[in-house]
Amino acid sequence: MRFRIYRYDPEQDAKPRLQEYDIALDPHDRMLLDALIRLKSVDDSLSFRRSCREGVCGSDAMNINGRNGLACTTNLKTLAEPVELRPLPGLPVVRDLIVDMSQFFKQYHSIKPYLVNDEPPPERERLQSPGERERLDGLYECILCACCSTACPSFWWNPDKFVGPAGLLNAYRFIADSRDRDLNDRLDNLEDPYRLFRCHSIMNCVDVCPKGLNPTRAIGNIKTMIVKRAV
Amino acid sequence: MAVGAHYGARDWLAQRVTAVVMTLYTLLIGLIVLWHGGLDYASWKAMFASTAFRVVSFLFMASLLFHAWVGMRNILMDYAKPTSLRLSLQVAVVCVLVAYAGWTVQVLWGHA
Ligand code: SF4
Ligand code: SF4
Ligand code: FES
Repeated sequence: MRFRIYRYDPEQDAKPRLQEYDIALDPHDRMLLDALIRLKSVDDSLSFRRSCREGVCGSDAMNINGRNGLACTTNLKTLAEPVELRPLPGLPVVRDLIVDMSQFFKQYHSIKPYLVNDEPPPERERLQSPGERERLDGLYECILCACCSTACPSFWWNPDKFVGPAGLLNAYRFIADSRDRDLNDRLDNLEDPYRLFRCHSIMNCVDVCPKGLNPTRAIGNIKTMIVKRAV
Repeated sequence: MAVGAHYGARDWLAQRVTAVVMTLYTLLIGLIVLWHGGLDYASWKAMFASTAFRVVSFLFMASLLFHAWVGMRNILMDYAKPTSLRLSLQVAVVCVLVAYAGWTVQVLWGHA
């Protein structure tokens, strides 16, 4: 199978290049990650991140034939050759397919990704009704792979100011949680022309999310709550 | 991170409200044209002789100008990175839009 892979070591290379590979795969190599691991056994200088190899850790997000996705959940049969692999767009490259996610996580941390509740805790746990728990479906599954935020033009132009779809989906995950008591501060934190309202519902995020989540809907819900609070 | 320039929601809502006003006005014009089976100079003149129609037209222009302001500022926020450049361009946009508003008033009421 033929590949064209983005290669760049900022410490040695003047500029990035695309390297061609042609490799015979094993019948057991089914996912793109399998092929990458096989490539690495031939060329150990090729760098990429991976961990769980089953779509739960979010490490191996990359740009696959022009579209962000996880290597471990992308079936090789679905890919046109030569398969072109690049790092996630818009973030600084550490090496080859590895990007520096600091900015992405800075935005994630800025939305307070934890429950805030100063009420004395009950003896065992803070309970939710099945209905309250259901409202977290489609939100809690996010694995923070950054496929969405790095496909979002608003995040490309303002990664330092716009929270991005992943951060906003997670913001809504805590806004929607019946056990949280920080709603007003959470909305204040986002009522800003850059942080939330840079999203223009382009829906690239929905298109690429490997977990099938819908950040645009979560963002729409936050916008509605902020507007309702204001009028 | 500096947050809390609290006009995000206001602009977002204004963008939608002005869009609705413009849509309604466009539909109104469409209906009038259909009603008359086309527009000639006489009916056009009669239409704009009515104060109510002038007010509605002004409302349309005001919506258009505000809509343009929000949209232009959004574009400048994305693409004009140095603050001084962004501010200068925003001031230029405001000047042009305010001038248009004045011109609109002159067109609508100048020959009353
Ligand atoms: S919303 Fe989807 S694409 Fe975005 S970080 Fe979470 S899992 Fe990845
Ligand atoms: S819908 Fe919003 S967050 Fe998602 S890609 Fe578009 S601008 Fe970005
Ligand atoms: S290796 Fe964990 S998500 Fe792909």
